[in-house]
Order: sequence, then C-alpha cells, then structure tokens
Amino acid sequence: MLPLNAIITQITEESPLVRTFFFDHRFEDMEPGQFVMVWVRGVDEVPMGLSRNNSITVQKVGEATSKLFELKEGDSFGLRGPFGKGFTLPAKDEKLLIIAGGVGAAPLSPYAEAASAAGAEVNTVLGARNAGDLLFEERFEALGKVYVSTDDGSKGVKGFVTDALKNLDVAAYDRIAVCGPEIMMASVFRLLEEKKVLEKSEFSLHRYFKCGIGVCGACCIDQSGLRVCKDGPVFSGVQLIGSELGKYSRDASGRRVKI
Amino acid sequence: MYTLTGLKLKNPTILAAGVLGTTGASLCRVAREGGAGAVVTKSIGPAPKTGHPNPSMIRLDCGFLNAMGLPNPSYPGFLQELEFAKENSAAPVIASIFGGTPSEFAEVAEGLLPSKPDAFELNVSCPHAEGYGAAIGSNPCLVEAVTAAVKDVVNVPVWVKLTPNVADITCIGNAAESGGADAVVAINTVKGMAIDIESGFPVLGNRSGGLSGKAVKPVAIKCVYDLYTALEIPVIGVGGVSSWKDAVEMMMAGAAAVQVGSAVYDRVDVFSEIDSGIEAFLRRKGYSDIKKIIGLAHEVV
Repeated sequence: MLPLNAIITQITEESPLVRTFFFDHRFEDMEPGQFVMVWVRGVDEVPMGLSRNNSITVQKVGEATSKLFELKEGDSFGLRGPFGKGFTLPAKDEKLLIIAGGVGAAPLSPYAEAASAAGAEVNTVLGARNAGDLLFEERFEALGKVYVSTDDGSKGVKGFVTDALKNLDVAAYDRIAVCGPEIMMASVFRLLEEKKVLEKSEFSLHRYFKCGIGVCGACCIDQSGLRVCKDGPVFSGVQLIGSELGKYSRDASGRRVKI
Repeated sequence: MYTLTGLKLKNPTILAAGVLGTTGASLCRVAREGGAGAVVTKSIGPAPKTGHPNPSMIRLDCGFLNAMGLPNPSYPGFLQELEFAKENSAAPVIASIFGGTPSEFAEVAEGLLPSKPDAFELNVSCPHAEGYGAAIGSNPCLVEAVTAAVKDVVNVPVWVKLTPNVADITCIGNAAESGGADAVVAINTVKGMAIDIESGFPVLGNRSGGLSGKAVKPVAIKCVYDLYTALEIPVIGVGGVSSWKDAVEMMMAGAAAVQVGSAVYDRVDVFSEIDSGIEAFLRRKGYSDIKKIIGLAHEVV
C-alpha cells in the first residue's frame, strides 16, 4: 500500500520530550500493540505504536522524530499500516496486569482500554524517570489500580517498575503485558521467569525496521529467526526464552549492538 | 534429492538474496520451517553499509518496490551469521556478495571462506546502489572480470545474478559464462518508482528502486527463456514466483531451479508449498523426472 496522507488534527504535549499527534484517519480494525510506519517526507520512515486508533505518541529521539516535532496542526505525514501482531485480548473476567515503562505506555493504553471494554480487570504498573514523564496515568487510572514507580522517587515507589512489581503477586494475574525500554523488559522477563508465569506474559519488542512488512529480515531475532515487524512486535514470554532480549539488537547495517 | 552445480538440494526452491537473509537464525528458519532447498544470504560487501533511508520497501497492487541500498555488516561482521546458518540450516547456504571492483569481490569471497559457504552468488544486478550491482552488471567486460576474480580464489560453485535492466541479457550471461560462472541467476528487480500524489514526494527514500513480485514474472520468464538458449551453464530462475504454477512455468522456460523472494510476504513456508505442488504436477502429468520439464517450452515449438 502507498502511504496514506494523514493530516494532523491535534497535538498534545505529554511531557517535554513526548507528544501525541492525532490525525484525521481512524484505524478501526487495529489490534492494540500493532504499529504504523510514519513517513516524515524527505527525511525517513519510522515505526510507531498506535496510542489510539487515530493517534501516535512519539518520543523525540532522532532525526525523523525531531522533524515530526516541527510539524503543526494541519500539516501532514505519510502513514502505512497497521502492521504486525498485537496483544492478545483477554477474556471476560480475566485479570490483566499492564507493565509499562516510559513511552512503552503508548501501545499499552489502547490495549488496557480494549481489555477493560471486553470485561477484564485491568491493573497497571507504570514507570518513568520522574513524575512529569509518567505517560497516560489518567487513562490507566480510569480502568483500575495503578502502581507508579519513578527513577527519582518524585512519585510512587523510588526505583524501576521491577521495584514496584515486588509488592505485587504476579501469579494472581491471568495475563501480563509488557512494553518499555529493553533493559526494563529484560528485568521484568527475569522476574516473571523466576515466578514461573512467563506463559501468561506478552512483550512488545522494538528493533530496527527496514522494510517493515516482513520481507527483508533486518529485524529478525535470535535464535528463532522470528521477524519483529511481522511475527511480532508482540511476542509471548515463552517465545523469548533464550532469545537476544536484553543482550543485543542489530543496527541498520545488521551489526550486533550490545544493549 | 536434486543436484544443482554440484550442490545437493532437497528440492529446487531457493530463498532469493536480500530476503530474510540478514541473520543466521532467519536463514535457518526459512530452510527448516519454510522448506527451502537452499538459502541465499543478504548481499555482503567489503565494508559496513546502513543502506538507503526509509521507506525502503512498499507493496503495490502489482508487486513490491524496494531500495534497500545493500545494508550489510561487511564480511567480517557476517562470518558468525554464516557460520550459524551453515551449522543449523540442514540446507546449502549460498553467500551473496558484492563489491565495486573485481578485487573487492575477491576480497569479500575470500573473507567469507572460513565460514564455508556452499556457493557464492555474485550480485552484479542491484538496480539502486551507485557503483555497485547493476553498475557492474550492465558491462560485459566487468562481469567477466568479476566472475573470473572470484573463481580464482574459491573452490565452490559461483553463480552470477543478472540484471534485466540491460538491452540484451544474454550478452551479460555469456560474459559470466566466459568468466567461469557455474550458473547464472535471472533476474534481479526491474527499475521502478512510485510517487505520493498528495505531496509530490517520491515514496522510496532513494527516490527510485526495483520492482519485484507478480509484475515482473513475464520479464523473468523471457530472460530465463533467452538465457537457456544462449548458455551452456544452468539458469536459475527468479522473479515473481509465488506458486508452484509460477515455478513450473519458470522451469519450462529453462530454469534448473527457482528462487523465491517477495512471496515470503504472504507465508514463510511458500517453499514447501511450491515443492509439493511441483511434485503433484509431475505425478499428474506422468513426468518421470523434474528434468523433463526444464526447457520444455523450447522443445514443443
């Protein structure tokens, strides 16, 4: 498909480095956790998790996102998608634990909302560097309990999401969904592995995407060879046993880069 | 079991270069789960390259347009991936390589030899990398020199992948044969472009690229047909093959084996599907051997 022309209808400042861009198109059939390829014309095209069926929530990290931050309401960018496999929707009355770190809360918030609408009980562990960086706290609070952790202790537990998790009985949940920086996901993975609840978990991975549609193979993970862009980005914890998670990823040339 | 340039393949379907070939693990997945008879790596060159900016691949109604720009970690960076694929794929692993000169080709081939690739495929056909690929592959003298340079330093089969973006592909095929190639592979992508009419921007980061998939199959069939007549060495067909019917058609044009690329978009196990389709076709038609259909279109008229 050629990129659709998405016109920005509203921009919300979530924190100094994170903005939500609403656009004039709704991906009605999106699975929460799927991503879109965002084409900042003349610069680059980058993958972004959908934070609603008509918004992306972006952290300013590089050239493409910096250029995106220069855009105003009424400006446009190209969009392709939604691509990949999202989170599994829980059944009615299941207990779902969301574990979100930083901008990882973006794809998890529509998932939490869809799960709640399906009749699941949704509790969230939400982590960020400081109170001002906590993303979508109110969206998660509207659904159930939220346990907060901040690196500097400005709100909630001082430390990482794993510190907030220590006070929770993860085994009491039917499903656990995780997204955030890879170091955080790796420590959550280890914790869930110790508690023997990996089979209940799903993780949303990020890797360098070249084609984004499952053909080129730039985002394949070891040792399974699964493609993050097409077989993921959401994988079950079991699929990630013995994988490269938390150890290395690959850069645009395919070279391994230590995490 | 099927023999091609001395390699033993469990079936005549091969993963094309540049597709799911960045890592050893993904090559193994295509060989094992996908059922490919052999796999070809991403094209590897003398130095690390990040490739062109994105978008680097888009799907169109008639096929796919791509301009990756030969991203690769260089041959020293790829050794461990090739080694892993060799140890775990249970199918021949062919190293696709590129360079800007005959000596660069030889350097990359020699550099990869410690990981023991089963064969080399020379990329003289990528349509969108300046100084590489088709820049070499449209010049018969350079194709012959590059092929001879690699043949000089390796003792495994050397295949040469040809570009259709030339006036006469048989002339380039002949040059490869003269250089000592064990087979030619035809075709690489056909030059193409797409433009976003909302903004006027060319869609691909590199502005233009190469077309693969459904749309290029008739072009590939014609190239394979002509090369089969012109050359003594086997022709490996590639371009728009996504079903057993496409594969049979390609073999009837003269292909000794068939590579599959963009069709992995639909399903990674397209290789086993094609293989079993060919087998069923041969049984239904009463052909005693797959060799009976190779080049059949030349014999019936």
